[in-house]
Amino acid sequence: MTLVEDFGRTPVSACPACAAAPAAERIAALRTDRDARIMLSLPAAHCAACISTVEGALAAVPGVRSARVNLTRKRVSIDAAPDVTPAELIAVLAANGQEAHELDPGLLNATETDRQGRDLLMRLGVAFFSMMNVMLLSVAVWSGAEAATRDLFHWISASIALPTVIFAGQPFFRSAWASLRAGRLGMDVPISLALILASSISVYETWMSGKHAYFDAAVMLAFFLLLGRYLDHRTRAVARSAAEELAALEVPRAIVIEEGVEVERAISAINPGDTVLVRPGARMPVDGVVIHGASEVDRSLLTGESLPVQAGIGTLVSAGEVNLTGPLSLRVTAAGKDSSLHRMADLVAVAEGAKTRYTSLADRAARLYSPLVHILSFSAFGYWMWATGGDLRFAINISAAVLIITCPCALGLAVPAVITSASGKLFRRGLLIKDGTALERLAEVDAVIFDKTGTLTLGVPEPVALSSHPAEALAVAAALAAGSSHPLARALAGGALTDGVTPARLEDIREVPGHGIEGVRNGKVVRLGRADWCGAKALPQTATYLNLDGQTHAFAFTDRPRPGAAEAVAALQAAGMRVELLSGDSEAPVRELAARLGITHWRAGVLPAEKAARVAALSAEGRRVLMVGDGLNDTAALAAAHVSISPATALDAARVASDIVLLGQDMAPIADAVRIGRQSTRRMVENFLISGGYNVVAVPLALVGMATPLAAALAMSLSSITVSLNAMRLK
Amino acid sequence: MEILAILIPVSLLLGGIGLAAFFWAMKTKQFDDPEGDAQRILTKEWDDHPKP
Repeated sequence: MTLVEDFGRTPVSACPACAAAPAAERIAALRTDRDARIMLSLPAAHCAACISTVEGALAAVPGVRSARVNLTRKRVSIDAAPDVTPAELIAVLAANGQEAHELDPGLLNATETDRQGRDLLMRLGVAFFSMMNVMLLSVAVWSGAEAATRDLFHWISASIALPTVIFAGQPFFRSAWASLRAGRLGMDVPISLALILASSISVYETWMSGKHAYFDAAVMLAFFLLLGRYLDHRTRAVARSAAEELAALEVPRAIVIEEGVEVERAISAINPGDTVLVRPGARMPVDGVVIHGASEVDRSLLTGESLPVQAGIGTLVSAGEVNLTGPLSLRVTAAGKDSSLHRMADLVAVAEGAKTRYTSLADRAARLYSPLVHILSFSAFGYWMWATGGDLRFAINISAAVLIITCPCALGLAVPAVITSASGKLFRRGLLIKDGTALERLAEVDAVIFDKTGTLTLGVPEPVALSSHPAEALAVAAALAAGSSHPLARALAGGALTDGVTPARLEDIREVPGHGIEGVRNGKVVRLGRADWCGAKALPQTATYLNLDGQTHAFAFTDRPRPGAAEAVAALQAAGMRVELLSGDSEAPVRELAARLGITHWRAGVLPAEKAARVAALSAEGRRVLMVGDGLNDTAALAAAHVSISPATALDAARVASDIVLLGQDMAPIADAVRIGRQSTRRMVENFLISGGYNVVAVPLALVGMATPLAAALAMSLSSITVSLNAMRLK
Repeated sequence: MEILAILIPVSLLLGGIGLAAFFWAMKTKQFDDPEGDAQRILTKEWDDHPKP
């Protein structure tokens, strides 16, 4: 792993040629290292027994050198010989009762080595150590140590505090320098100024055997601010790692046919003109033309249509569609970056770029705060220079005290503490907050737009009114349906089973890819499948048709609503929001679902651009729109909306475009999210008020020169602790 | 007050040991899988003999 880490931050070398050779070696080493490394996700692992089962089972597989479970991340990393395939290991684990999915280790590297987080934690630890020791010495001074003893204590404090401020303050110094160079006055400028001024004035005072030194304040400042920064970083890191894991679950591989042999290849290594085999149930990895086979494809993720489309030789398919019934061979027309999936993702990038950046509460507070602090401190300095007739030492002391007291300990902690607490709460409910400001934006939402297929519904068909069909037809349909893995057939067979239908006895059942299933009953052919193939008239909704003795029966399906969808819609409407349903599907299923969930505003047959236009129209009315969608046809709307949510089953492009990801199947947490978003915004405002209140009391004291280091320490720790406690109050 | 000459170095030393332990723990990635480590205590695998 160290190789990977080092490679990630190859230093800029003075001589490029010297650097190139070891780098090439490293890349080679990296490759072999990565090839042998298999990562599996273990969503169900939760106990000590799971760990030993998984590790034991994997260690017994020949070729596996080592396997180590990480229960916190619910993953196992396996070091194995190159001929060990992930599929083999997943099968071994499945035999031991452990669900496992392959992860793409290339996508996970960034979170595996959370360098920045470790760096911050290290500085935080140093700041904590010095804070404790300096505080110990400072208490002695405050309680009345005099003369030589006091000076000794101050010197010892200085020897601890100065290196600490230099080491622990670096993140602030660096960002302050960057913002100064960009000509802005960020929050880190007054922080750095306070750290530097407090340390240098204290050293000077100690040198002159002065009474007051602010070493404890400087170190405490560094500690509390680092704590805020670390919380902020961790929230983001957790969200990023979960998002990366979702992306890594889709291992970008495809089966390429080379001279008649099937070879598994990374999608990036596929070129136009290659032949790719797509098995039933798999997603099209590339854009292409069908050159062999017949099947049906599900385009719902791209267009929102719930009805599968027939595909035969010559049909154009795009990446992201799902192959349903028969194996298809494609001639690749575009792969990877050129595929339509990626082009859509590029559209999203454009839409995101055009979106005005949201200024968070913290940014707005900082914009107000930074100039104010500088003005206060400088005017205190100026006034005391004038009032004391040029006593530089006293005036600098006062302005340092003002900077220390106003320093945004609570401000830097107020927002991260609330966001950490809120996103932790939502994560436990199955919502992943990808962006910290999403909570604030969620709080402002007053209109919600839902997509239908895959969002409000699970994308799993459910037969309607089975019992209205004649028993004989049902029995035959159940028998035929049992012979296919097509989603409609599976749903029909399952529905018949729960209704207690005994399948009829048929002979010679076979599946005709792209059409349906046929069998022989009493010497006559019976068929279940597409309308034209069965000689039936097509219904306007999802249905499958049965031809029995020349008579046709239509079995209609409806898409099952996601659990919690009705509750979420009801809760959002009760909160006074306008709820709309926009779907690319045909009218009948959309009307039915809208009626079922109690949504009065709905539209069917909506094009992707129209969805985005509707979001824009509502925004123009002054509404803040929450968009919930999963398909490629939703991505533009997701990116354009004020805040957006997509389910974990959504396409990668849709998940990337949205601010929040719904991890579970249940949709009820969406209503919770809005409530928690509102609550956390309220907490943030409260926290600003609390820290503002402390400043209102303490700043006048500092201005008139009455703020002792003890008062500064008290104000700082009290306000930091109160804002942290207030953040915990979230329910 | 002479005792200070012993007490202050001792308190710094103790704090320093704590800090060094923290550094070591960070460097060796002891915090990578807190949940797994908590659960691993409960396995009986290495109860009878130490892990080779």
